[in-house]
Amino acid sequence: MALPKHASTLERIWHYIYLVICGLIFLFLIAPILIIIPLSFNAEPYFTFTQKMISFDPEGFSTRWYDLLLTFGMSAPDVARDGSWWADVWQNSAWVQAAKNSVIVGVFATIFATVLGTIAALGLSRPEMPYRRLIMAVLISPMIVPIIITATGLFFFYSSIQIAKWELFGWQIPYLGIILAHATLGIPFVIITVTATLVGFDHSLTRAAASLGANPRTTFFKVTMPLILPGVISGALFAFVTSFDEVVAVLFIGAFDEQTIPRQMWNGIREQISPAILSVATILVVISIMLLTVLELLRRRSERLRGMSPG
Amino acid sequence: MTDAANSLNHRPTQAELDLTTVDGTPLKVALANAQKRARQRALFLVLPLLLFVLITFLAPIGQMLLRSVYNPSFSDHIPNLSVWFDENPAGTKPDEAAYEALALDLRSMRADKTMGIAGTRINYDLPGSRSLFTSTARKAEKMEPPFQDAILAANKKWEDPKLWQVMRGASSAYTADFYLAALDRTRDVNGDIVSVDDDRKIYAANFLKTLFLAGLITFCCLILAFPVAHLLATLPLRQSNLLMIFVLLPFWTSLLVRTTSWIVLLQSQGVVNDTLVATGIVADESRIQMIYNQTGTIVAMIHILLPFMILPLYSVMRPINPSYVRAARSLGATSWTAFRRIYLPQTIPGMGAGGLLVFILGVGYYITPALVGGASGQLISNFIAFHMQKSLNWSLAAALATLLLLMVLLLYWLYDRLVGIDNLKLG
Repeated sequence: MALPKHASTLERIWHYIYLVICGLIFLFLIAPILIIIPLSFNAEPYFTFTQKMISFDPEGFSTRWYDLLLTFGMSAPDVARDGSWWADVWQNSAWVQAAKNSVIVGVFATIFATVLGTIAALGLSRPEMPYRRLIMAVLISPMIVPIIITATGLFFFYSSIQIAKWELFGWQIPYLGIILAHATLGIPFVIITVTATLVGFDHSLTRAAASLGANPRTTFFKVTMPLILPGVISGALFAFVTSFDEVVAVLFIGAFDEQTIPRQMWNGIREQISPAILSVATILVVISIMLLTVLELLRRRSERLRGMSPG
Repeated sequence: MTDAANSLNHRPTQAELDLTTVDGTPLKVALANAQKRARQRALFLVLPLLLFVLITFLAPIGQMLLRSVYNPSFSDHIPNLSVWFDENPAGTKPDEAAYEALALDLRSMRADKTMGIAGTRINYDLPGSRSLFTSTARKAEKMEPPFQDAILAANKKWEDPKLWQVMRGASSAYTADFYLAALDRTRDVNGDIVSVDDDRKIYAANFLKTLFLAGLITFCCLILAFPVAHLLATLPLRQSNLLMIFVLLPFWTSLLVRTTSWIVLLQSQGVVNDTLVATGIVADESRIQMIYNQTGTIVAMIHILLPFMILPLYSVMRPINPSYVRAARSLGATSWTAFRRIYLPQTIPGMGAGGLLVFILGVGYYITPALVGGASGQLISNFIAFHMQKSLNWSLAAALATLLLLMVLLLYWLYDRLVGIDNLKLG
């Protein structure tokens, strides 16, 4: 992107203007996400920088909103912070409960989406797959169809089959409806990432394994799986994040006590937005930074693997 | 080489036709069988997921489509009236027989406690009817013939020909009336389709507004994404990967988090307004209202959808060979001409892919408008949610959702034709 030596003055000026424009757009992209991090440490219940914060006075900062995340909903928040206090947090804190629910729903939805999606992607990337285009379009559609439509349909469907009353050996499966809905929403991501990994997949490797006497199962676990694993993991991460961030389906089909983090945030933003929301948001931003790092490492690993594999 | 070419053209000799596998099947048949098996194996792998999606996604959508044309909440409770509606054509003035049927049905509704449900269905088309049903049903028990006088004595509103028209429409469980309502149309006394009053026209205008805003947001995204994608595509890979974080971090951050940050930034006591006041650009008493209105929706949605434009543009721009532009320059083109005539046409696939994707996602957006849109920034999705959660007119919600779905599917089909779903990439 360096300017050539023969560039005219006008071109030079334009080049620097262009760089400034790009810088501003990058700022537009990233600033809203980063700005909530310092604001979440505000000592006052405001959404802006106070005088004390601007002058870096330690009194202007506090972790009170993070503390509120733990204590909100506790039965006895004001006692000494010993083991039983933390047990109380684990049992009763509204945000901790929501986090637990989100993780349970996310993990099971991800397992469904990843297992089914990976197997299907293996079939879809075979050259002899019939009706490939149509099936692919159907499987990707949960990502394209507006979430409000999916949620509306699920609401009608689940109430007509009464999914909330389903039992397995007398045990009422919790979150079943939400898990299935989130799995469906995560499937397109798994399909897209795994088929993308399979594009560079050399099918003669599986034939070679078969000719050397490996049965299909061994071939899959010893040859195919290690090669497509980066794609599978990044698909799973996408599926998990989709579930972890999904609020509309939960609002429509979730039972009253099935609170997840996005649902709590949604209620918080709608009713009385408090800086506690910002501290949740900060935690979520940190989580997404970690996810991004994992994905980048996976991408590098995948590129290395492909560089090694023939073809 | 020539042998291979010849063998494609010449007719198979008898000897070749006689070629068989070890167990005696002709080669052609064996090949066809093998291919069939391979196809079945591929299909077999996809089948579990296809079934899963069929149950958890397509069936619910189907149920929603059904709900948009099927509403039995009135028709189920009027055995006598439906007979009268069948015997008399639309526009017939209700006679004593009609009122008798009505009185009998109201009595049975009272007995089953269903007059609220039935009344609600009529209430969708004629506000105020629910209380009419509940109050008259309460008196229906003691009514004596002639029923016409008795019912009209209970409430004069039963004379209204509009009410009878609505009841006739609702007397059949299958109806297209909810689509009419979703398009700001209704039926007049004679059953003809007419526009609703101007002050009740909401949805058609909102569909247009949704399309317009989605288009505007797509356009703004394109304008903002182009320079950034170009910069990323022309920088050395090491630097562009680093800058890519600025695009991918927002992409991976929770939607609610990003919406929250815009509330924090743009509200009247927020960071942007405070900065403007502190620098003296805006007076303290005239802080700008940037959130909870259309502006808030547009700004937040541009921010959220921008990565969906940058990523496809980037993946198209990266492989563009810079020597084309250099060649144009060396042949005397100015940098602007070289850009416009040589570079820009090569980026059109990326603009198409990103633009369609952003437009598709924008048309169906719900969360951001609901949280930062206020009254003026609501899109069609928000009306669907309103009818699902507040007004409880589920059939109208389903009809609106179906219209939105048709719009999105049309765009999706276009995307598949122009871009190909296989080319959808993430990060």
